Amino acid sequence: MAERSFTQAMGRDEATGGRATVDAPFGNTLVEIAKTRSDIVGLTADLGKYTDILPFRDAHPERFFNVGMAEQNLVAVAAGLARTGLVPFATTYGVFASRRAFDFIAIACAHSNLPVKIVAGLPGLTTGYGGTHQAIEDTGLMRLIPDLVVIDPCDATEIAAATRTAAAHPGPVYMRLLRGKVPVVFEPEGFEFTIGKARLVREGTDVGFISTGFMTERALDAAAALEKRGISAGVLHVPTLKPFDEEAVIRFASSVEHLVTAENHVVRGGLGSLVAETLFDAGVTTRLQRIGLPDRYIECGSVPTLQKRYGLMMDDLVAAATRGQT
Amino acid sequence: MPLANHPPATANIAALKARAKSMRRHVLTMARGPGQGYVGQGLGISDALAALYFHEMRWDPADLKATDRDRFLLSTGHYSIALWAALAEAGVIPLDELVTYGADDSRLEMSTLDTTPGVEMIGGSLGHGLGQAIGMALGLRLASSPARIFCELSDGEMQEGSTWEAAMAAGHFHLDNLVALIDCNGIQADGPVVLDMEPVADKWRAFGFAMQEVDGNDMAAVVAALEQARATEGKPHAIVLRTRPGHGVPTLVAREKAHFVRVEADEWDALLNELERTEADHG
Repeated sequence: MAERSFTQAMGRDEATGGRATVDAPFGNTLVEIAKTRSDIVGLTADLGKYTDILPFRDAHPERFFNVGMAEQNLVAVAAGLARTGLVPFATTYGVFASRRAFDFIAIACAHSNLPVKIVAGLPGLTTGYGGTHQAIEDTGLMRLIPDLVVIDPCDATEIAAATRTAAAHPGPVYMRLLRGKVPVVFEPEGFEFTIGKARLVREGTDVGFISTGFMTERALDAAAALEKRGISAGVLHVPTLKPFDEEAVIRFASSVEHLVTAENHVVRGGLGSLVAETLFDAGVTTRLQRIGLPDRYIECGSVPTLQKRYGLMMDDLVAAATRGQT
Repeated sequence: MPLANHPPATANIAALKARAKSMRRHVLTMARGPGQGYVGQGLGISDALAALYFHEMRWDPADLKATDRDRFLLSTGHYSIALWAALAEAGVIPLDELVTYGADDSRLEMSTLDTTPGVEMIGGSLGHGLGQAIGMALGLRLASSPARIFCELSDGEMQEGSTWEAAMAAGHFHLDNLVALIDCNGIQADGPVVLDMEPVADKWRAFGFAMQEVDGNDMAAVVAALEQARATEGKPHAIVLRTRPGHGVPTLVAREKAHFVRVEADEWDALLNELERTEADHG
């Protein structure tokens, strides 16, 4: 009998193996920032333990507010704090932030361009819990809100850098969180995060991966595997879904024969949609395949099982790229 | 009103009544342009706003962004007509601008945006005010500011669940720099209150608020309630204001059973005359 995989109750680590990891890069970076920034405050809605913000609470208890299981109020309180000159980082899961608190993010925060930072755990298929906990459409919802910056970071290095950039940004930010032991994909030395800038992380001429979030790690692995087969694969990492780096996407699309987008999110409304509409508007006709989640609710199951079942693995990217080599 | 020496030790009730009457004139002037508007709500809440803006709050019309100013949050954005009346009465908005209420490109919107001077938040998506008031109260407490937050909300608005998310937090954080002013005028969009919210005072008391309930059109009672709230420490405050929509203009009181009333063009002079003749305040 095949070995069973089990859903992990509130599993906390994102590490998938193979790379070095950093512990709680978001929370520990926030602590660093707050050492010199007295205007940084932290909030959560009863998910501090699961969103890596407890290091901040422990370092600055007077600047930390747990509002209980009340996500509308979490965002409203953050907006009020911002109106007194503070820069709030509010954590919860992406499903609760984007679905329950949508009106508060749109009206209480973004309409007035307040510097509220929403940090959203359990992006896509990073939880074995089903549709209640998997934020599979959050960045699609969030990118419809004017002036809101939407970030899906790849790794520990980028989370740390994006947290610093978000703290310095004068407007609202929605950032997906990778928590616990988070892999290091990008060399931290000299790494900077610029809102709205895509990052060409690997050059290639045959196939081009356009990816966001942790799918960029898999795209890099896929590109290395393809090289062994004589296929030259590039990777354009697009961590900011809004504002979207259309120029970089168009340039990259024009430099390869075949494109594959990859995201830990529903394709319809996510990165795949963004790339398709960007290229269509620009008249770029590079062949495009889109990897990501389907337009349906996804069952419970262990994270590796779900990610394999829904095609988010490195092998899936390799297969898509190979199919393109006709 | 200067930040330094306010509020005064004793309130001049007669002067505040005169302010409220003047604000009611402004409300009628504004509603006359579009021939409609939230006149009932505006007239009903005028006494409370006069008490706040011309007695209780520490604020400076010449320095609307002063760090330690008291803040008034109008959660029911459609009550904007009353806020414009108060700001006009204070000299923040020119009187000759009132006729632009609700007109295209006017700063005096029918529902508040925070781009108009003196507006502290975007109201109108009901259930937003109290949570933001809590954030401000926490932020000002963190800064050791003496500033206080006055947040208006309404009986119908209590049906929004986020109001109670906020109420729980206000009690939990012991925000005695926060005063919730709950306008209970008995009407909402579909007519008389469609979902019974009584007993209102018991609900707020149960959530940890120091609770008062007054006739919101009795100036002396409103002022006394605000003063008592100022003197009570360790808890957030809630004052239930029982108001009558259209108060001060008997014809409108009789007619204001609806959320959004229409007045015919030839009626406005008669309504203004009625306002001048009526002793609006019971106190």
